[in-house]
Amino acid sequence: MATSLEVRGVSLRFGGVRALTDVSFAIREGELFSIIGPNGAGKTSIVNCISGRYKPTEGQLFYQGRDITGLTPNARASLGIGRTFQNLALFHHMSVLDNIMVGRHHLLKNNFLTGSLYWLTGARKEELEHRRKVEEIIDFLDLQSVRKATAGTLSYGLRKRVELARAMALEPRLILLDEPMAGMNFEEKEDMARYIVDLNEEFGMTVVMIEHDMGVVMDISHRVMVLDFGKKIAEGDPGTVLADPHVRRAYLGEEDEVLVDPDDASPAQESAA
Amino acid sequence: MAGPALIPAGDFRTSYAADATIFPTTTSRNFAIAGVALLCLAPQFFSGYWLSILIQIGIFSIAALGLNILVGFTGQISIGHAAFFLLGAFTSAYISNNAPIPVFFAIPLAGIVTALVGLIFGIPAARLKGLYLVIATLAAQYILLDFFSRAEWFSGGSVPASAEPFSIFGYTLRGDRQYFYVVLAYVLASYILVTNLMRTRDGRALVAIRDHYLSAEIMGINLTKYRTLSFGLAAFFAGIAGALYAHYQLVVSQEGFGIERSILFLAMIIIGGTGSVMGTLMGTAFVVLLPESMEFISLYLKGGAIDKALSLNTNITFLREIAIGVIIIAFLMFEPDGLAHRWRQIKAYWKLYPFSH
Repeated sequence: MATSLEVRGVSLRFGGVRALTDVSFAIREGELFSIIGPNGAGKTSIVNCISGRYKPTEGQLFYQGRDITGLTPNARASLGIGRTFQNLALFHHMSVLDNIMVGRHHLLKNNFLTGSLYWLTGARKEELEHRRKVEEIIDFLDLQSVRKATAGTLSYGLRKRVELARAMALEPRLILLDEPMAGMNFEEKEDMARYIVDLNEEFGMTVVMIEHDMGVVMDISHRVMVLDFGKKIAEGDPGTVLADPHVRRAYLGEEDEVLVDPDDASPAQESAA
Repeated sequence: MAGPALIPAGDFRTSYAADATIFPTTTSRNFAIAGVALLCLAPQFFSGYWLSILIQIGIFSIAALGLNILVGFTGQISIGHAAFFLLGAFTSAYISNNAPIPVFFAIPLAGIVTALVGLIFGIPAARLKGLYLVIATLAAQYILLDFFSRAEWFSGGSVPASAEPFSIFGYTLRGDRQYFYVVLAYVLASYILVTNLMRTRDGRALVAIRDHYLSAEIMGINLTKYRTLSFGLAAFFAGIAGALYAHYQLVVSQEGFGIERSILFLAMIIIGGTGSVMGTLMGTAFVVLLPESMEFISLYLKGGAIDKALSLNTNITFLREIAIGVIIIAFLMFEPDGLAHRWRQIKAYWKLYPFSH
């Protein structure tokens, strides 16, 4: 399989804080790739480097064989890299429909002059064509009932879904999802997991997901990468990563390893008693 | 434009085209057309005084609309808008006086020149935020005003520059009655163009930048380009309005276009509703009519106790300024979304009258 994104030796420093240290990995085309790690491990930092919000202090990023390290975020969006945010970042005063239409920015051609003349320049026709595309996304994510609602008035779960819709409207080849299920209840998580699998399988997008819910990550990911203190400590298919001793240490801590290790649960209880 | 709450029950759209119209219902569209038709008859019925008020509302509403693109839609701020208004006025007067170009073409040309100057000021301003941006636009105001007082070849220096009356293909329009239609045409065109702009790609990009610039950038919007563009658009409409004002007054002078006029433009959009196209018109009408109505009130109170206490006759100029200030504060506190929001509430209330609950 062709490589979609390659991260080569990326380091990110904010003054004395080392957010990322020499992180390298490659994501294959059509893969569902998860990044996990404890809080502050640098997961969002790596996604910010990929989407262009941060510029890595060292290292390079290649997207479809092309060096994108120096590109602005908007240029990367036009190349087909979409993302959602951990903390909701919708356009709060716009309708859901307009939010999603903003996602189609780089696919629309009419500028402020032709847009102002609307009927005369084909802007109307273009808008209506793209409205159809947006409606397909609305249909897929079940947002029909709120399409005219102001984004800021929606519930948390719906906002997360609108954000996914907006990222999808970009028609990305690579979509970065930063904690798509944070703060959701069980049913909402189930829905979201289904949407993510569909993005990957039906829409053929390469998905990079940061998620804390291990159950979901292990269920749907093709490969998982684990970060801890800005360093990559493991990478591989979910089973391998789960069995990795470094990962266990990062998540469970060294001293208490015996106490909470599920395989050794009974002796720990005995010693506690 | 109305929100979903204002669509009457039973109004079902069966195509995307029907869902993308400017007016939500045919009734509202017909009302708007009737309103314009009534305005066309205004010169027949109104006295010269009221006609001049209408013309002023029209001209200032175009400038305020430009400012609303910048402040209301893009979330930038400018307290140098009056300088661009004045630049448009001087430019149009200069072009029509010194070049063989009729006023009909000089007005849009002045708009374009002002837009270019606005873009130049927009290049640094697009990189600034908040307080720093305010200071930068303040600088724009003073740089331009200083230019006008020094460049005598352009503005006539201390002597007001004269501007020619509006003419088209050798036919000259004279007097308020005829000029009213020129202004009306420009107001209609500006408001339709901006409404269209806001429902297409670049308009949405501006609002996206206002609401969340970081995610706007991730969505593929070039922040610097669009912020600069919004300065250019704001200056364009200020320039058009200034040019219209020049050929209405037939003289252009700097007087009355200092920083206080810029604040007055801001007052228009705050009172009307930032980020509302129609609100701009309402806000402008409010601000233009306020001093006039105060005049009437003071006339009514003549000889009474209030008149004696405040000596209205001599102090009316100051009281007007105070009133504007008080009303800006009141709107910011009690109606931050402006008259446009109140208007929507009124429409929502009457829609189902008498069964509003």
